[in-house]
Amino acid sequence: MQKKISKIPFKGTPEQEAQLKAVIAECKDDKSRLMHVMQKAQDIYGYLPYEVQVMIAEGMDVPLEKVYGVSTFYAQFALSPKGKYNVSVCLGTACYVKGSQDVLERICSELGINEGECSADGKFSIEACRCIGACGLAPVFTVNGEVYGKVTPDDVPGILAKYKNAED
Amino acid sequence: MSLDNVCGCSAAEEIIPLNKTNFYKKQRRVALRNCGVIDPENIDEYIAVDGYRALAKSLTELTPQDVIKIVSDSGLRGRGGGGFPTGRKWSFTAANQADQKYVVCNADEGDPGAFMDRSVLEGDPHCIVEAMAICGYATGASEGYVYVRAEYPIAVKRLEKAIEDAKAYGLLGDNIFGTDFCFNLHVRLGAGAFVCGEETALMTSIEGNRGEPRPRPPYPAVSGLFAKPTTENNVETFANIPQIVLNGPEFFNTIGTETSKGTKVFALGGKITNTGLVEIPMGTTLREIVEDIGGGIPNGRKFKAAQTGGPSGGCIPEAHLDTPMDYDSLLKIGAMVGSGGLIIMDDTSCMVDIAKFFLKFTVDESCGKCTPCRVGTRRLLEILEKITDGKGTMEDLDTMEALCYYIKDNSLCGLGQTAPNPVLSSYRHFKEEYIAHVRDKKCPAGVCKNLVQITIDPDKCKGCSLCSRKCPVGAISGEIKKPFVIDQSKCIKCGVCIDTCKFGAISRK
Amino acid sequence: MKSVEELLAIKNRVAPQVFAKSENGESYIRVLVGLATCGIAAGARPVYDALVNEIEKQGLANVHITQTGCIGVCQYEPVIEIVEDGKEKITYCKMTPEKAVRVVNEHLVNGKPVAEYTIGAVAK
Repeated sequence: MQKKISKIPFKGTPEQEAQLKAVIAECKDDKSRLMHVMQKAQDIYGYLPYEVQVMIAEGMDVPLEKVYGVSTFYAQFALSPKGKYNVSVCLGTACYVKGSQDVLERICSELGINEGECSADGKFSIEACRCIGACGLAPVFTVNGEVYGKVTPDDVPGILAKYKNAED
Repeated sequence: MSLDNVCGCSAAEEIIPLNKTNFYKKQRRVALRNCGVIDPENIDEYIAVDGYRALAKSLTELTPQDVIKIVSDSGLRGRGGGGFPTGRKWSFTAANQADQKYVVCNADEGDPGAFMDRSVLEGDPHCIVEAMAICGYATGASEGYVYVRAEYPIAVKRLEKAIEDAKAYGLLGDNIFGTDFCFNLHVRLGAGAFVCGEETALMTSIEGNRGEPRPRPPYPAVSGLFAKPTTENNVETFANIPQIVLNGPEFFNTIGTETSKGTKVFALGGKITNTGLVEIPMGTTLREIVEDIGGGIPNGRKFKAAQTGGPSGGCIPEAHLDTPMDYDSLLKIGAMVGSGGLIIMDDTSCMVDIAKFFLKFTVDESCGKCTPCRVGTRRLLEILEKITDGKGTMEDLDTMEALCYYIKDNSLCGLGQTAPNPVLSSYRHFKEEYIAHVRDKKCPAGVCKNLVQITIDPDKCKGCSLCSRKCPVGAISGEIKKPFVIDQSKCIKCGVCIDTCKFGAISRK
Repeated sequence: MKSVEELLAIKNRVAPQVFAKSENGESYIRVLVGLATCGIAAGARPVYDALVNEIEKQGLANVHITQTGCIGVCQYEPVIEIVEDGKEKITYCKMTPEKAVRVVNEHLVNGKPVAEYTIGAVAK
């Protein structure tokens, strides 16, 4: 799957860098833990911008192209930041059969952005995900991990309103 | 038993115990026996239900060869989809000499629509720890890795706690039960790549690389993880092991059919009344699962097909509802047991659209290493898109079929080799539906948007104009109190008008 | 763990609780709450909390609440089950915190299961 690479300038803090350095120090003797370091880095920064990948490559003593290769191979690694509210629509088989594609389309039209994009104000992002294992509640989508099950396209505006109107 | 007298409630409110409900009656729980019974984060509760007794028995009473013989005699076959005999797999690794061997548990449950591995890890993580230690003993491995999807945070947390607790009790680590046997277990998280469910790709991923599969031979039993002999099994396969070792092979091989022993867990979902996890003896018919356990199709609709095995599997049409669910019977009709996803579809599902859905999935997930899969699946998807857009020709159908066999025969790993299955099996069982899309430019199920027309029945339309006001693209026009019409060139087939019409005058065809 | 005897000692100590065996005439009631991903997604956490609070409020010393995995009936989550020695296990489904409080009061305090919430009544 093609990944969207962010053009938003990198804004890392010294605290984040210290956290990442600590993780690297713990793992650098075992190169098979590269993915673990990258997962932790994504927890710290929310995504893996170029600058972070360079830090990982140098810290783990592996070529940058290897870090980049791994980051583009796995769906979990994001090269763009996510919105304050990340809407994730399940397109697993059970959800798809029960109409989750229509739900996804409605969410895109309500928010005015496409799947894989983040809104200009940084408030919302949309992603399609594989099965989250809540097939009994199909179709489902989540907003920052909060699960909404058995939804119809018409439920979408009401659910999103909650987040749109939330205080910043 | 009736609880009328016990609880004093009226006969109309008789309490039916769980195991007497239709959903449970025909189930038999082996792999899931502890799920929902014990506290998964409490090792003592697992021990209370005979946990770690199979490991104790293996280490203190049996030789590694004895353990392999028990597993072989049980008839257990790999539950991840391949169906390879587990005992034989173990014996291959055991036969290879090396300074280090590994046991790997494949918990990268990638089939979208299957969640039995998650359920086992969340409900009974210690049984996987125990089974992997037993496998380590039988094959001569002292290190194990569990590769879990990162999308399952609760499963990861419970598994990590189980490993910690087992270490604290000395059930992992050095000199377990006072014997020479030492075994350590590590957890590695996947990062959302379907191909990592393929065993060699999974090992490449554990090593910290892009999860690309490796050509075989050499087989993992010779050169697997970190180029050492490795045994890899799926979560559900391992979940059966402690019971088999503890109770003997007869406990297991008396359940199921001639060539498929034991039980299988299916994740039942889609257009079915009762969704959930069902564990049934191998050989139970699909009809029993759909009609008895699943409670039939909701909303008065009709069963059309069941999809097994996810993106690697095939569909089973109504004519084969009485097929026993076992490895060989399903292969015969072009489907497969797979990892156990079982999605039911009714007459509102379009089989071409479903095939396209799975193809999109494989195109996204193809790792790109080999050309037949990387390029072939994309060309196949393009043909399917052409068909569902109403631009397909009869020749396209022939090309599609030929391309399917080409991808199947030439791909490097299981992902590519099975990728055409959803197309081939739906084409085999629902050829007329493909032809309807191509020749008549119609989608009988009314799913493929470019082949569907939304029309207003002039006899039913009262001319209220509600639909034309709701139409987002202004495609509906007319005079008040006279029948309205839809301009097909503008219509985007969103269906809002169908939902708004109070007279049922608008329909999708 | 250096011996099988140690393992059996733990089993013998804990098994009565897992199977909710009454001891010395004291009944032992085990309340299981399905806290797997599917249960949590359907709202099992607040149900669990409501049960803990209500059981504490009522001072039910012989009632022991335990988290557990998924019993497989996804669409009827959140599920709670009540296990008591010598009695058929009772399965409640589609629980809410309010329903859970009612189950504690009617079933656990007064010994009358709430038939309308049981799986047989909800699922048929």
